[in-house]
Amino acid sequence: MDIHEYQAKEILSGYGVPVGVGGLAYSPEQAAYRAQEIGGEVWVVKAQIHSGARGKAGGIKVCKSSEEVSRAAEELLGKKLITHQTGEQGKVCHRLYIEEGCNIDREIYLAFVLDRANESVTVIASAEGGMEIEQLAVEKSESIIKVAVEPAVGMQPFQAREIAFALGLDKSQVNQASTLILGCYRAMRDLDANMVEINPLAVTKEGRLLAVDAKMGFDDNALFRHQNISELRDKSQEDAREMRAADRGLSYVGLDGNIGCIINGAGLAMASMDMIMHAGGEPANFLDIGGGASPERTTKAFNLVLSDDNVECILVNIFAGINRCDWIAEGIVQAVRSIELKVPLVVRLSGTNVEQGKKILEEANLPIIMANTLKEAADKAVEAWKKHTGKS
Amino acid sequence: MAIHLTRETKVLVQGFTGQIGTFHASDMISYGTNIVGGVTPGKGGTKHLDKPVFNTMKEAVEATGANASIVFVPPPFAADSIMEAADAGIHFCVAITDGIPSHDMIRVKRYMRRYKAEDKMILTGPNCAGSISPGKCMMGIMPGHIYMEGNVGVVGRSGTLGYEAASQIKSIGIGISTSIGIGGDPINGSSFKDHLIAFEEDPETKAVIMIGEIGGPQEIEAAQWAQENMSKPLVAYIAGLTAPKGRRMGHAGAIISAVGESAAEKVEILKDCGHIVVPNPSAFADTMKEVMAKIS
Repeated sequence: MDIHEYQAKEILSGYGVPVGVGGLAYSPEQAAYRAQEIGGEVWVVKAQIHSGARGKAGGIKVCKSSEEVSRAAEELLGKKLITHQTGEQGKVCHRLYIEEGCNIDREIYLAFVLDRANESVTVIASAEGGMEIEQLAVEKSESIIKVAVEPAVGMQPFQAREIAFALGLDKSQVNQASTLILGCYRAMRDLDANMVEINPLAVTKEGRLLAVDAKMGFDDNALFRHQNISELRDKSQEDAREMRAADRGLSYVGLDGNIGCIINGAGLAMASMDMIMHAGGEPANFLDIGGGASPERTTKAFNLVLSDDNVECILVNIFAGINRCDWIAEGIVQAVRSIELKVPLVVRLSGTNVEQGKKILEEANLPIIMANTLKEAADKAVEAWKKHTGKS
Repeated sequence: MAIHLTRETKVLVQGFTGQIGTFHASDMISYGTNIVGGVTPGKGGTKHLDKPVFNTMKEAVEATGANASIVFVPPPFAADSIMEAADAGIHFCVAITDGIPSHDMIRVKRYMRRYKAEDKMILTGPNCAGSISPGKCMMGIMPGHIYMEGNVGVVGRSGTLGYEAASQIKSIGIGISTSIGIGGDPINGSSFKDHLIAFEEDPETKAVIMIGEIGGPQEIEAAQWAQENMSKPLVAYIAGLTAPKGRRMGHAGAIISAVGESAAEKVEILKDCGHIVVPNPSAFADTMKEVMAKIS
C-alpha cells in the first residue's frame, strides 16, 4: 500500500527526519489560508497523488503570493496528472500539500528498499539527487552507494556515518544525516514498510538537511498489525477494478488487450497471457481466482472481466488442485446464464474432477468453446476473437 | 532416491487441526505420505485423523522421530512456526501459508543462519503448493495423480504452472523424481540454486526443469551457477513476457522493479549461459522429449 507525501513526512518527522512546515488543503481558499498560516514569502503547492515525477507532470507549483497559491490550487484540484508511474489513465489530485519554500544548495537521493538478493533492508544513496533511481542506475551508476543492514541488530550508527561521508557532506551535517538515516530505518522496520524514499534530500543554503519529498510503501501482508497505517489508505488513488477484485478475494491487473482471462494461480495466469500473445492476441487482464473458487467467486470473476469494455473474448483456464473443475464449471454456467454473455467464451479445464466439470458444461448447452490443452485454449481464444470482431 | 522427500520422510503437520490443515493432511495420508502427527498449541494429548497432536514441535519430534514438517499456520503466526520447526531439528519444511509479512521472513532467514550448514533446515515456500516425490511422498496441496514417477527434477515458483508442466510431460511418458515449489514471495526459504545443487547430486535425476517468473534475482543466480557447476541439462521457462513493469502480478514477488527482472531479460541470460529455454508454456513436452532423447 502506498501513502501520500504529506503522510510519509508526518510519519518520518516522528522518527527524527527534518521536514519543512506545511499543511493540507482541499480547496483554493484553504490553500491560501495555509500559506498565510505558514508565513514566509515562497510556498510550494504540491499535488498529492500516489506517484513520483509529479514535478514533470505539472503537479508542483512554486508560488510567491497567496493569490498565486490560490490559483495553483484551483488548477490542480480535480486535475488528472499523468506520469510514467501512473500510466496513461493518470491519477486525479484531490488533496494539496502547501509547504514553505526553501533555498536548495544541493540535492541527494536516499532510499531504503527490501533487498531480495541480500534478504535484508538495503540503503541506496547518491550525491546525484533529484533524478529517478532508474535514471540514476543507468546514467550515474558509479555514484550509487549501497549498504545492507544486518537484520539481527538493525542499522548501526557507523553505517549511517559511512553513507553521510560518502555523500560528501560537511562534518557539521554528518550528525544530522546520521540521525535522519537511522530514523528512516527504524520507521521502515517498526511499521513494516517495504520502501522509504527521500528524493530529493536537500542541503539548504543555510547548511541544513531537509526532506523535500518523501514516499513510503507498506507491506499489505503486515497491515493487520498496523491499524494506524491502514487508515492512511486513499482509495481514490487506486484502480477501481483492482480494488473491487481485491475486496472479492481475486487478484486482478488491468491491461490493454482484448482477451479477458480467468485463471487459477499467478504463474499459470502469466503463462496463459504469454500463450495468448504467442497465438497472436493480446490479454486484457491478469486475473487469479485463487484456490477453492466457489461458483459465486467464478461469477464475480466474469463480472469483473466484463466490466472492461475492451474485452471481446474470454478465456478461462483452470488447472484444478485445491479447486474442483465441477465447481468452476457450475460457476461458469451460472455466470453465462445470468449475464447474457455477448462475447465468445473459451474454457479449458484440467486436474481435479475434470470429467464432471466437462460434463456440466456440455449438458448446459451453452455456446462455450471447449479446449483440452493450454495451446488449444489460446489458439481458439484468438481465433474466436478474430471471428467475433472481424479483426485479424 | 529423489531429493528431500522419500518413503522414509516422517512428516508433522503444523496447524494440524485447522480446517485447511485437516483437509490437506487427509489428502496427503491417502497419497501415502507418512504423516506421524501434528502440532496445535493447546490441543496436545488429543488425536486428530488417528494421529497424535502435540503442543510444541520439540515434543512432537521427540515422540515421533519426525524429520519434516508442513506449515498451514495463518500468516500472522507462520514465521514463528517455521522458526519453531527449525529449532526442533526438522530437516525439511514446506511453508504453504500465503501472506507472511516480508520483515517476518527476513527475521526467519536471519534466525536460521545460527545453525551449521549440516543442521540447517531446508525451508521451501512460503506461498507455495508444496513438493512431491511421486510415488513416495507428497508434502503439499497439489493433485498427486498428475505426477508420474521418473527422472526429471522440477523446481518452480508457481503451483498451477508446475501442474501444467508435470501433466504435459506425463502425457508423453516422462516422469518426475521430485518437484519442489519454492513459492511466489519476494523473500523465500530457499532459492532455485539451492535445489539445483541437490538435483545435481541426485543419481535418479537426469535433467531439471526450472519454472521461473518475472521479479527477483534468483533465476539468474541459478542460471549462472548451473553454467559453471551442473552436468545435467537445465531446461527453463520464465512466465510473464506480457507483464508490464511495476505492476504486481498476483504473487507478492512477481513484479519487475529492477534491471534484469523482466521475463525477456531472464530468458536472454539463460540462453547466454547455455541453458535450454522452453519457448512457450505449451512446449514443456516437446522440449523435454528432445532433451531426454539426447540423454539416453
